[in-house]
Formats: sequence, C-alpha cells, structure tokens
Amino acid sequence: MTEKISEDQVRHVAQLAKLKINDDQLPYFTTQLDQIIGLFETLSEVDTDGIKPTSSVTDQVNVMREDVADNWNQRDGLLASAPDTQDGYIRVPTIIDESGENE
Amino acid sequence: MNFETTIGLEVHVELKTHSKIFSPSPVEFGDEPNANTNVIDWGYPGVLPTTNKGVVHDGIMAGLALHAQIERQPHFDRKNYFYPDNPKAYQITQSETPIAHDGWVEIEIDGHKKKIGIAEMHIEEDAGKNTHATDHSYVDLNRQGTPLIEIVSKPDIASPEEAYAYLEQLRQIVQFTGVSDVKMEEGSMRVDTNISIRPVGQKEYGTKVEMKNINSFNYVRKSLDYEEQRQQRVLMSGGSIQQETRRFDETTGQTELMRVKEGSDDYRYFPEPDLPVLTISQEWIDQIESELPEPPAKRRERYVNELGITDYDAMVITQTKEMSDFYEAMIKAGADAKLAANYLQGDVNAYLNDNQVELQDTKITPEHLATMIKLITDGTISSKMAKKVFKAITKGDEPKKFVEDKGMVQLSDPAQLQPLVDKVVGANPQSVEDFHNGKDRAIGFLVGQIMKETHGKANPQVVNKLLKDSMNK
Repeated sequence: MTEKISEDQVRHVAQLAKLKINDDQLPYFTTQLDQIIGLFETLSEVDTDGIKPTSSVTDQVNVMREDVADNWNQRDGLLASAPDTQDGYIRVPTIIDESGENE
Repeated sequence: MNFETTIGLEVHVELKTHSKIFSPSPVEFGDEPNANTNVIDWGYPGVLPTTNKGVVHDGIMAGLALHAQIERQPHFDRKNYFYPDNPKAYQITQSETPIAHDGWVEIEIDGHKKKIGIAEMHIEEDAGKNTHATDHSYVDLNRQGTPLIEIVSKPDIASPEEAYAYLEQLRQIVQFTGVSDVKMEEGSMRVDTNISIRPVGQKEYGTKVEMKNINSFNYVRKSLDYEEQRQQRVLMSGGSIQQETRRFDETTGQTELMRVKEGSDDYRYFPEPDLPVLTISQEWIDQIESELPEPPAKRRERYVNELGITDYDAMVITQTKEMSDFYEAMIKAGADAKLAANYLQGDVNAYLNDNQVELQDTKITPEHLATMIKLITDGTISSKMAKKVFKAITKGDEPKKFVEDKGMVQLSDPAQLQPLVDKVVGANPQSVEDFHNGKDRAIGFLVGQIMKETHGKANPQVVNKLLKDSMNK
C-alpha cells in the first residue's frame, strides 16, 4: 500500500485538532487514516470534467433574515451552563494572547 | 544596493448593523459582558446560523464605493482554529467567493495621483474579546458575530507614506457610505500590514513580514518605516528575512518578533454547510448603487471648482460625511462658502474638541451657523461679536433673535459714528500728529477709544475710514 499520509502529518493534524497522541499510537492512527483516505479516493474515479465544484448541498438560495435585533435574553442560562464564570464573564485557564489586540 | 518596498494592507471594518451577522443578537457596545449573546453566538450544538440581509447589503455597498466587482453567487467558508474567543472553533468567513473583488482607491501624494488596487473584500464574523489576568483569562462574547468586512489591498503600495494615504482615503470612502464608523480608537477599523523588500530589478517579491492590529494610522506609518529599514539592514549584512509576525512597540518605535507564521492550510477552509449559497441580482446591485451618497473625492472637486474654497479646506471638511453634509446645508442656507469653511475648521472644531462630542450630537445647526455668517457679511455684527453669538448657537439659540435681544447690533451708520470720531480726534491731538508723521499705530489707538465709547459695538472698518477721512481733511 502506498503511503497517503505520513506520521508527521498525522501528528500535525492532531495538534491542530488539539488531540493528544503519543508516539505508540501514531502508527495505529496513521494506518487507519491512510485506509480512510484510500476509501475516499474511490471518488476520484468519477469523471467530473466540466462540472462546477459543489459548495452547498441544499437547494435553498438566498435564505436571509432582515436586520432586526432581537435579544433572546439567554445570558444567565448560558453562563449557568459554562464550566466557570466570574462577574458575567466566562472564566478560562490563562491563555496566551496571539491576536496582538491587547498588547 | 537599492531596494524597493512592497506593502499590502488588510483592513477590518466593523459594520453598524442592528443585529449580528448570523444571529439576531443586538450589536451594541459597552453592555454587560455576554448580555448580547444567545445559543447561536455560543456555538451550541444543533443551532443554525441565518445570514443577515443587512450585512450583505452593506458589503455590496462598500464594494461599489470602492469600484469593485460584485460576486453574483457568493458563499461562506469555514476557517478552523481553536481559541477561547471563538466557541464554535471556526470562524464563518469567505475564502473562495468574496463578496467583491478588483476595486481601487485613488491616493494623492504631493500632487501625484496613484490608484491602489483592492484584491478582494469579504464579509465575516468577528470573535469575542478576551481579558487576561495572571491567574485566569476572561471571555466576553458580546462581540462574537459582529459583522466585519475585510478589505485586502493588492501589493501596490510602495512606501509607508502611500500606506498612510491609502488608509486615509479608505476610511473616508467607507465612512461616507455610512456602513461603519471606521474609528481606529474604538476598534471599528483595524489594520494588519505586510511588508517585504527586494533589490531593484528583482522579479520575485521578498519574504514578507506581517504586523497585526496597529492602532493608529501614524503607528502604521512608523512601524512600516522601521520595518523597511530593519529589513534593509538584515539583507545588507548578508542575512535573510524569515516569514513571521511582528509587533510594533509604540514606546520604542521598533518592531519585535511575535511568532513565526503558520501556513494558511492549517485553517482547513471548506464551504460552510450550514448556510445556503446567495444569489445577488443585478436589480439589487443597481438599487444599492442608487443609494450611494456622493463620495468624498467628488465632493472635494466640487467644493474647489464650484465654491472656490482651497484644496486644504475641502480636505478638512470631507473628513466625515456629517461635516460635509453640514457644510452643504450651510451653503444651501445662504452662507458665504469661505466663511462657512473657516467657521467649521475654527470655532466649530474647537468646540467639538473641547467637549469631546460629534457634530451631529450638538445643538449647532447649519441654518443657525449660516444665519450668523450672514449677519457678519451684511455688517450687522462684527466677527468679534460673533464669538458670543456662536456660544449662543451651541446652546441652541436662534442667532438673529439672540442678537436683537442682546442689542448686539453693530454701529455701522456713519451719521451716528461721526460725532464720536470728531470727539476722539479733538481730544487726542498727539495721536493725530503721530498719524500725520506716518505712525500707523496711532490710528489703532483712536479706533480703540471709539470701541470703548460704544462698548465694542462700532463697526471697526467704518470707524477706520471715518477717522482717516477726518484727519486727512
């Protein structure tokens, strides 16, 4: 079987998805993902010449709402369901600000 | 070695819609944290976004104002990333089919005009806001889902000065459409820059460095200046530029490394499955085009050519649509074009600065200000008296009535002034002699005496003339 995805790529994708994978698991997931990509490659057997790429599978178009504000007043319920809150904020572990916004 | 600079700018503009782009939560600032959020904004399972028609409208309007082509079948895309200000773990944006593309903005530097291309403009949602403390971070999702347009320039900008001029023009053009307040200080306009240099004659661009969220046009110019010099030093000393994000330190005026950039593939863009494709009709585009107010550049041209004011005056007046509309209403009410321009830049601006208010939030009306100017031009009041009248106008008083009530009418009638002139001339023989000896200051003293006698009501021009006539007899 030709390799469609490398261990490095699997490690990278796991990192993007914030998943912890240890080195022992890496060959296992790499083989699995390789097989899944193989299955999807069946799709490339279909002749798609001259067919525009599909960006939506619904047949609806132009479903829009008018610009009218409506506050559903869900704040208290939403905060109650959050793991941790303080003074109306969601409290999370300290994060490194990458936006540069609060520099 | 000589280098040339290539700059591209990405500008985010917050739209002034009533509701968010994909949920009906209100777009309001300064409310209690998370007060303007619902299950859609929090990205709860099972919720579905619906596109706000107002956002598409505003996106088209901004696109038309920037002379761009409107995409007739735009769709949204998902940009995936994990960050606590974004509970869905993806941002709905546009990648494949931005709402508008291929526009331009014309800048002018030292009388030299240049068109800066706009590659594309897309509509997307803003993220929430994080506050950082040492022990924890705090998330407020009120801003989550606020509509943005991102305007991406072509790499046509060749210097920090051009970047500054481009931002000025872009801000004005968008401000005049009314879709955004475009205020850097309030975050409704945000600027990211990228800059690279290459030896003159080299075909490929150099490696670009990105700088994010610089918070004034001036800092944009300064940071680009610094970065231009830094990159030259690195290349001249045999080094190479790495693709990275840097931040600008306002206190030192220098840029420093923030992080090495990740590839755009890492965002794993794909078409947003929860939102149907849009179809924008020519009819809708035409209708929005007809709603577009006259742009600032056209107004400036008209003010200079038809009203005869200077380029500089025209530029100051077209800083905001409110100011420009106010000026035009003054002209319509019969004010002298030049005086109207002077008052807007002088007393009115000073008043706005002193009180930290916007023109539209004051009691000053164009009709009142025009009436005051007419009272000056017809000689009823002096420009000195006008200071008091202006103060009354800021309180909402009608100037004509105010002037009458206060008996502020200027004395311009020679028949009334002549006896006073005779009296002052008779009482000050020394000054008359000084005047005959060519001392111009002497006449100023005599005018002052008459102003004193009339409690400042005498028309200084008339008094001047009468004095000269009397003494030259």
